Amino acid sequence: MKGLMYASIALVVYFVASVVLSVFKRGIPLLSWEMVSSLPGGGFYMGGGGGFLNAIVGSLYIVGGATILGLVISIPVVFYLNVYLKAGSRFGSIARLAYDVLFGIPSIVYGAFGFTIMIYFGLRASLLGGMIVVTLLIIPIFIRSMDEVAKTIPTELLEAGYSLGSTRWETIGIIVRQIAPAIATATLLSIGRAIGDAAGVMFTAGFSDRIPTSLTQQTATLPLSVYFQLQSPSLEVQNRAYAAAVVLTFIVLTLSIGGRIIMNRFSRNKIQ
Amino acid sequence: MFDFLHRNITSSKEKPFVVNNKFPRPENMRLTTHALSIYIGGNPILKHVNVDIPRNKITCIIGPSGCGKTTLLRTFNRLVDTIEGVNIEGVVMLGDRNIVTAGASELTEIRRAIGLVPQRPCPLPMSIYDNIAYGCRIHGISGRRKLDAIVEYYLRAVGLWDEVKDRLHTPANKLSGGQQQRLCLARSLAIEPSYLLADESTSALDPISSRTVEELFVQLKKDYSIVMVTHTLRQARRIADHIIFMYLGEVIEEGDADQVFNHPKHELTQRYLDGAFS
Amino acid sequence: MSHRLLKDRAAGYLMFTLTISSLLLVVAMGIGLYMKAAPILHEHSLWELLSVSEWKPMKNQFGFFPFLMGTLWVSGLALLIAIPISLLMAIYLTEYSHSMVRRFVYPFLDILAGLPSVIYGVWGMLLIVPWVANIAAPWVGRNTTGYTVLAGGIVLGVMVIPLLVSLFIEIFSNVAHELREATFALGATRWQTTKHVVLRKTFPGMMAAIVLAASRVMGETIAVIMVCGNLAIAPGSLLDACYPIPALIANNYGEMLSMPLYESALMFAAFILFFVVLVFNLFSRLILKKIKE
Repeated sequence: MKGLMYASIALVVYFVASVVLSVFKRGIPLLSWEMVSSLPGGGFYMGGGGGFLNAIVGSLYIVGGATILGLVISIPVVFYLNVYLKAGSRFGSIARLAYDVLFGIPSIVYGAFGFTIMIYFGLRASLLGGMIVVTLLIIPIFIRSMDEVAKTIPTELLEAGYSLGSTRWETIGIIVRQIAPAIATATLLSIGRAIGDAAGVMFTAGFSDRIPTSLTQQTATLPLSVYFQLQSPSLEVQNRAYAAAVVLTFIVLTLSIGGRIIMNRFSRNKIQ
Repeated sequence: MFDFLHRNITSSKEKPFVVNNKFPRPENMRLTTHALSIYIGGNPILKHVNVDIPRNKITCIIGPSGCGKTTLLRTFNRLVDTIEGVNIEGVVMLGDRNIVTAGASELTEIRRAIGLVPQRPCPLPMSIYDNIAYGCRIHGISGRRKLDAIVEYYLRAVGLWDEVKDRLHTPANKLSGGQQQRLCLARSLAIEPSYLLADESTSALDPISSRTVEELFVQLKKDYSIVMVTHTLRQARRIADHIIFMYLGEVIEEGDADQVFNHPKHELTQRYLDGAFS
Repeated sequence: MSHRLLKDRAAGYLMFTLTISSLLLVVAMGIGLYMKAAPILHEHSLWELLSVSEWKPMKNQFGFFPFLMGTLWVSGLALLIAIPISLLMAIYLTEYSHSMVRRFVYPFLDILAGLPSVIYGVWGMLLIVPWVANIAAPWVGRNTTGYTVLAGGIVLGVMVIPLLVSLFIEIFSNVAHELREATFALGATRWQTTKHVVLRKTFPGMMAAIVLAASRVMGETIAVIMVCGNLAIAPGSLLDACYPIPALIANNYGEMLSMPLYESALMFAAFILFFVVLVFNLFSRLILKKIKE
């Protein structure tokens, strides 16, 4: 039995190495400065010159916007669930269940839903649309992971605030500082999920060869850039997809490794 | 050993009276309860409690665990509200205000007039400086110089200034347990309460820090009225001026410390003092 | 003074509104997708939609059977691959290992969980599909392009391992230490303890975890679209191509706008996905919550 267990661990380590290395091995030789620093030239998708800066910037726009919107919405919700509602509140437990469910709903469903809403309002695929859908997609991640930590806030801490005469709202300074590490973790998790999402933005953000200059323009994203280019029959174009995949993997790995380092900085004020 | 306390509290520094107090500190305002009963989920926790907390004295609430002493203490600043299914009957008066029926806005003022030193040291997750400034800020005191003066004054008052003056802006969680507890005390004092509640505030500390904090309370009764729940009879004997003995949610005996310890009127008190149960 | 209280109240209402409206997203999603799916449900009965094999949108034939089968085959295979690996790993990490090992393994799980699904798709195309085409299929005497149920199952299986492991670990660590010690005291070995106490005690939780993982696998889109072959025929073996529901939606989103019924059919597909995932999630979350208490 123990042998099998070791094997399972070895297998998982192998999978990680295999995914990362195979993408890197295929993509890094094809990666060039031109690819990450220039827009697709004419006939790019037939093998012309240029790069996929449009996808990199588009992804950054969407992820940046969605992360900020997500934080603005989820911090108040977590605060409400943990400070305004008493422990054991019925509404609180229903809300937490609902966020768990929302977390489980696949991004393609978010995309399809977002798309129907956009059609209903007469909107077309755009940077704004993509941002909103990705925001909806990451809100449950934000809330769940911050709430997990907020639930463990010592009651003494809230009481310390109250006994100094602060209102519930005024304890937000205490709570936010206390869960600062959780906010940082949740943000990194969400960025990771947001930047990798393809199915949600496929319907709602569209695709474009240019960098969007307004919220109503369509925009490319890295995962879709990888996906679309791999569909091409031309090897030249496929190669670019592998290069883009390297960039995407690199970003995600950096987030996951860098996150561990940053985390300590946010924990400095935390009360154990 | 505690020389520094005297030196600091009577230091030449003027007390920075900066709180524009809408809830004044009348020196003769009393904290009393009349027929106070508390139910949690239908179970009686306090039964018909009548106590009268004297001014500028240390009142110790003693009694076996589960007798309701902490609940009584937490009723004084209405922290019992945070418990689900709590029901309060009777009256708790602070001067001419009924704490039990106080509305939300009155409550923040009452809590400011009645400070709490928690059981375990519980600094706020911010710097040492901000721990003290936090309370002042929410009560509308701002201005760097004013806050600097307040922070220094109250850190001196608890004998912490010399230990932390070079690292005021480092996180408070880096302090030792005893230092943290004194910080919590300074934090409560900074919003100028007239009553101080202490919930076994020395129980989580090492003996030396515990003695330091205890000494501080004795020093402070000059300016504050202190209500303590204490876990050891020995501590009560050392510092109490007034004693409330509780048993199963009822006040069995209340009176001058000397009288209660040496000539208890009630047999139950005598047996408790003898260590027959705890 | 009252402005502080006003702020407190106002903030409360605002935050309540935010909470409620983010919650209502579930309801809005259900209703929105259902309304869009209604036209096709008027034309064809639910049973017909789910059981017919013909998918010819241009001829008004909308049979979802191949896609349902595609989803079932791929998801089933993915779980078959992921469950044993995750279970062994979780048992090892909770019952056997030192914290050293855990500190070494967790980052790998984190990376596995964090990689975008399009990267898994690329990996599938680079390694798994050629492996299926050149090694697995010839070994059983078949000839395929490699874009098969098998490739999809392997890719999805690897993707879902981190979720399963973390759920299993959470469930196992809920088992009281005393219980383990009690059987150790009877002279049981570690494996006997695990088998008789931990696994038996956590069986409902494990089921819930598996259902949760199943719902995750069923909704995965980009990775499967890249390796499954996308042929609208119900697969008959692991070495056939298949066309899971999410892939169907994603592949046709551009064309559907010209035909109202086509759009409705795709939204019906999204609704099925939503509904199944919703039910699975509710079921398993409620069980997991009960276990925690």
